[in-house]
This record gives sequence, C-alpha cells and structure tokens, in this order.
Amino acid sequence: MATKKAPAKSGAGNAPTTAELIKFYKDMLLIRRFEERAGQLYGMGLIGGFCHLYIGQEAVVVGLQACARPGDSVVTSYRDHGHMLACGMEANGVMAELTGRATGYSKGKGGSMHMFSREKGFYGGHGIVGAQVPIGTGLAFAHKYKNDGGIAMAYMGDGAFNQGQVYESLNMASLWDLPVLYVIENNKYGMGTSVERSSASTDLASRGQPYNVKSMTVDGMDVVAVREAGLEATDYIRAGKGPVLMEAQTYRYRGHSMSDPAKYRTKEELQKMRAEHDPIDNLRHTLLNMKALDDEGFKAIDKDVKDVVMASAEFAQKSPEPDPAELWTDIVVAA
Amino acid sequence: MAIDILMPALSPTMTEGKLAKWLVKEGDRVSSGTVLAEIETDKATMELEAADEGRIGKLLVAAGTEAVPVNQPIATLLAEGEKASDAPAVAKAAPAAAAKAPAAAAPPPPKAAESAGEAQYSTWKTQTVREALRDAMAEEMRRDPNVFLMGEEVGQYQGAYKISQGLLDEFGAKRVVDTPITEHGFAGLGVGAAFGGLRPIVEFMTFNFAMQAVDHIINSAAKTLYMSGGQMGCPIVFRGPNGAAARVGAQHSQCYASWYAHIPGLKVVAPWSAADAKGLMKAAIRDPNPVIFLENEILYGQSFPVPDAADFVLPIGQAKIERPGKDVTIVAFSIMVSKALKAAEKLAQEGIDAEVINLRTIRPMDTATILTSLQKTNRLVTCEEGWATSGIGSEIAAVVMEQGFDYLDAPVARVSGKDVPMPYAANLETMALPQVQDIIDAAKAVCYR
Repeated sequence: MATKKAPAKSGAGNAPTTAELIKFYKDMLLIRRFEERAGQLYGMGLIGGFCHLYIGQEAVVVGLQACARPGDSVVTSYRDHGHMLACGMEANGVMAELTGRATGYSKGKGGSMHMFSREKGFYGGHGIVGAQVPIGTGLAFAHKYKNDGGIAMAYMGDGAFNQGQVYESLNMASLWDLPVLYVIENNKYGMGTSVERSSASTDLASRGQPYNVKSMTVDGMDVVAVREAGLEATDYIRAGKGPVLMEAQTYRYRGHSMSDPAKYRTKEELQKMRAEHDPIDNLRHTLLNMKALDDEGFKAIDKDVKDVVMASAEFAQKSPEPDPAELWTDIVVAA
Repeated sequence: MAIDILMPALSPTMTEGKLAKWLVKEGDRVSSGTVLAEIETDKATMELEAADEGRIGKLLVAAGTEAVPVNQPIATLLAEGEKASDAPAVAKAAPAAAAKAPAAAAPPPPKAAESAGEAQYSTWKTQTVREALRDAMAEEMRRDPNVFLMGEEVGQYQGAYKISQGLLDEFGAKRVVDTPITEHGFAGLGVGAAFGGLRPIVEFMTFNFAMQAVDHIINSAAKTLYMSGGQMGCPIVFRGPNGAAARVGAQHSQCYASWYAHIPGLKVVAPWSAADAKGLMKAAIRDPNPVIFLENEILYGQSFPVPDAADFVLPIGQAKIERPGKDVTIVAFSIMVSKALKAAEKLAQEGIDAEVINLRTIRPMDTATILTSLQKTNRLVTCEEGWATSGIGSEIAAVVMEQGFDYLDAPVARVSGKDVPMPYAANLETMALPQVQDIIDAAKAVCYR
C-alpha cells in the first residue's frame, strides 16, 4: 500500500510537545464536561432512550486520534460521543442530536448511538455490539482499494470482543493486509459482566496472534502512553504491513447506560481508579510539574471548555424538533 | 445565578422516584462529578452527580421522600458569593415532551409503468440467465472502477454456480475477491466498503447463507441512510440464488423475498428471464441504495432473448405484463413466472384468458400495474415459492383490498409453498412446492369455474 505524504506528525519514539499535551488536556476535559452535561440533560428528560457515557475513558480516543491524519476513517460502537468530539465534530451538533433536534448531525433521526460525519471521517455510531468491526474492516478495504493512503480505526469494547464477527474481521484483514487499527477499549465490564466472567482468557490482545495480527496492550488511562502506542501502530499500518490489534485498558466511571446503577463492582474499585488513574487529573499534574500551565492557565481552559459545553446545551434546547415531513425522507436515495 | 438541581430521569421510562439519601449537606462545596444523592427508581438505586461546581444552597426535598416527580427541583446550587435565600426554586418545563404534530401522510403510491423497458430494442440475442448475470456485472465493472465482486468461490473457482465465469481473468484478484466462508464478516465488510465510496457486489452462495449476515443487511446497510439524516448512502448489491433448487433439503431451499421486502431502506429485485437478469442487475449495481438481488438456481441454465445493446438497463420498481389477458390476473416472480405462463396456456384451452404479471421488483412493488390489471380482470391469483404466512401474496392481497376492493369479483387466491420445512424426498418436495396445477386450480376458483 502506498502512503501519501501527510503533514508532519511525529512518529513513534517522539515525545509529544507541550502544546500537544495541553491540547490533549483540553480535548479530554471537553469530552468529560460534555458527557456530564449530557447526563444532566438526560436527567431532565431532554435526552431520551439509551445514553452511554464515555467518562473515564477519554485518554483512549484522544491519544489515538492524535495519531490520525486527514482522510482516515473512524468507526465505533454506541458509546460514541467522545469519539465524535475527538474527530472534530461540533459539540453543538452532537448535543442537538442527543436531544432529538433538527440541527443534530442526523437531523434528530439517529440519536445518541447513530451519528456520522463524512467530512470528519466518522462513520458511526453503531448500536449492534461488534457490527462496527467488519464495517471498519470494509472502510480499510476501501482505503486500500482506492490506494488513498488512509487507514481505518475500528473501536470496540471488551464485550464486543467476544462477537464472532470480530474474528471474521481479524482473519480477513490479516489475509489481505488491510490498513486497520482495531482498538479494544477494555473498560472491564461488558454491561454488567466483568471480563473475568465473560472471557476464557483475559489477555485480550493475545487473540490477535492466531490470525498473525500484530497485537499490543497499553494503559488506556494514560493519554501519552496511548499516543505513543498509537503512533507505533499507525506507522506499522501506514507502511502497508497489515492490521494491528490494540487493547487499551481503561475504566468507565458511570454505569453502562444511564439506567445502570453499576452494582456489579465495588465503590472502592471505582474510587481507586478515580483517585489514582484519572487521565485528566494525571495529565494536569504532569502539566503543573512541567510548569507548562499555572492555575490561571487551567482556569482559562476550564472556562473555554465550559463555554463550549454550555453553548451546546443551549443550542440543543433552542433548536426545533425535526419537521414532521422528515419522517418520510432519507429512506432511500433517489436513483 | 443559583441553579436548581432537578430530580433526574434515570431510565428511558422513569417518571418519578424516591430521594433515598443526601450525600451532601447545605453549604458543602461540590464540583462536576461529586455524588450528591442516591435516587431509587423502580429498578435500581442510582447516584446523582453534580454537573456544575458551586456550593449547595438549600436541600428542597428531604431524604426518604417517595414519588418525587422527574424535573422537580430537589436542591439549589449557589455560585461564588451567593446566599441560599437568593435562590427561589422555579420548576422548568420539559420541552422535549411537547405535543407531537400529526405525522405527515405517506408518499403516494407509484404510477403505472409506462413501458416495460426492453420493447424499444430491435436487436436481440439468446442467452442463459447465467450469462446475462455475468455480462451485466462485467459491463458495469468496465464502466465503473469502484465496482467489485466478492464472495465465496467467485474468483479462482469461477463461481459456485459459474455466474462469475471469466471475471477473475478480466478484472484480477483486486476486483474479484475470494472470501473465506464468513458471511457475517464479509457482508459487514462490504457495507463498510460501500460507506467508504466503493460499489460492492456481494455474492452469497445461496441466500440461505445470508441469514448469517442478515444483521448487516438490515441494521447496517438498510437503516444507516435514515439514521444519518441522509449522509451515509450504502450502494451495495447482495446477490445469489434464492428459493428451492432441487432436493437440497430444508436448510438450502427457502425463499427470502418477504423477509427483505419487509425492510424500509432496501430494494428487493427478483428477475425471471435473462433479460430481467441483465437489465435489473445493471440497474442494481448503479442504484445508490442496498439492493437484494434474488436469483434462482434452476433458471440459471435457461435461455431467453436479451436485447443486444450496451445501454440496456431495466428500471427497478416496474413490473412487466408477460401475457395479456382479460379473465384473471396471475401475479408471480422469479421461477413462478414460468409456472404461471404454463398455467395460462392450459387455462386458455379451457376458455380462461389469464393475464400474467412478472413482478420483477418486490420492493418497491409496482402495485399500480397490479391494480390496473385487476380493474380489467376483477380476479387475482398470487404465486410464490415461499410460505403464505406474512408472504408476498399476503401483501398483494392487502394492497388490493385497500386500494382495489371495488374491482374484486372474488377473494384473492394465494398459491404458495406448503407450510412445512422443505422435505428431501422427491415426491414430498414436489408436493411442498407450488405447481402449475395449483395455479390452474386457483385461477378457476376465483373465476368460479
């Protein structure tokens, strides 16, 4: 596979610049604040149905999307708000979709689990556990077929990683050297069932080996480590060597969805993760120690992020519901 | 400005709940993520977290209060420098629960077909359905470099039923892709490739195996355009033999027409003749939507006249009157068109002049052609290999009752496969499948003869 020359991006082995670290902090904070606000709007009845929050896992998508280039494709499951923001989609359009408004990314017809942006290379937002994995493989197939230099990133949870279609995908991607990064966001629980209770081997990344897929495991609570692993993986993929399987070990602070009280784990387990491994707190300490930012600097970032999130909530609530005529549009494309 | 903290809805259906316990007290400082209270729903006890930072002003609802309505203020949150007395709680309306406007009316039914499509051609050649399908794919692959074929044995083996004969030689392994036996995976891969800008033709060795892939066909291919507000078209053809072949048993003999016809977002095509196969396959490949292309193994080797023209394409959504008649309308698709025409010949010998409609497309169905025919004959027989229950005949009968009730001089008769899994034994299989005589009997019955 030929690779096009892309804007300079530090390859594996290069530490992120201070500016990049500050951007990671801001991007992760935006996801966290956005999700907290979404949870609040859900509580007010403004967001309906299912709503799966990404709080706790922010370092995974922010670290990996730092390795993406224009023209790459991203696809994920229903826990997708963070991926959309990390791909550069507007908070306004995402929040408006969550609230079922005409100004949402899917005109209010998709909801929390179904948003897309061709412009940003984001291909959903899929509600069937594991279905995004062959779709991501197909996006990679298209990149290779068109020889456009792009790669696909297919995110899944530890729960999805037990679906048969994941292994069908690993097999085909390896057989055909497709440019795809499979990312397992192992947050320890598939809904309420722990990895130990669902997986005969808990070393998830090891399941790439039978398919000759390069496999790696990374601390998914450390955005710098995720970026470093991501660059190693994407350098490999962009060199035409085939797919990579990455297990990012992370943690979700909230329940599986808004109605899940998460009784299957202890409060101590959650508190320990929050206190010791929070990706945002840890990066904040790093930036403080580096003297990259002082309290005023953090306050300014906090305010910027809060302004974006508050504006998105206001935009969503002020936007109209879809026109009734929208019921009958977008069913098929006129031939 | 003080902010009201509202009783949250914590499930898609919650309207009220119990405020079980406060975990903060008045005056406490909180920030985003601080757990404020425990809320009991009908299903679980949930934690309520703060979404803003500030200081707790008043706790408005006492711990232990039952049946607190969603969206009632339960506490106030003060910004820097505010006092609790500054913050009168005001309940907010929930705008999302506004009255719904009446749904817009469904689009009008399609108009009657102006032409069946191939009458304009003067030069014809004789081809098998197999050759017509291959030529259609080859022509479209020459026309558009983004069209490719994938499936089991489509390349080196030249197709399990030799439909892709010669394509690997002409187009190479990049565009004629042999897959592992992995229907769920390669159907999903095809959908992703279509999202990524390609135009895949996905061959299932038979549609019986597509049940492994049906989630991607329906949830990924058919629904994504709608779920994306029109952004994500999925131009893909899923093709392969459908229905019974001969003596292959229950797991290899099912007709899936009604399964796919049920799904908004799909087009479903079922050709009978080689001309149907050629013209509709080219249309399916060019169509910007997912198209289910239901072939028939027994028809593959049968020969028909086909227009000898590079631009021959048939419109999806138009039926064809294969035999005009005035006494009874027989609607059929795929191999049942052959049986309907044979039945019509025998009926003619008995003085019944049957009109035979070849549906060609199952969805969107050309109901206008059926209704126009019914206006003339006032009697209708439907034919399909699939089971009658929730079948294509049931759908046609319902449409005719809704839109053509006054034209009916007799109840619609459905000829279909018997309501059993397909048996293996030759005699039982013949009994299970709808035969020419069944159509003759049904036509006579609706003519009260």
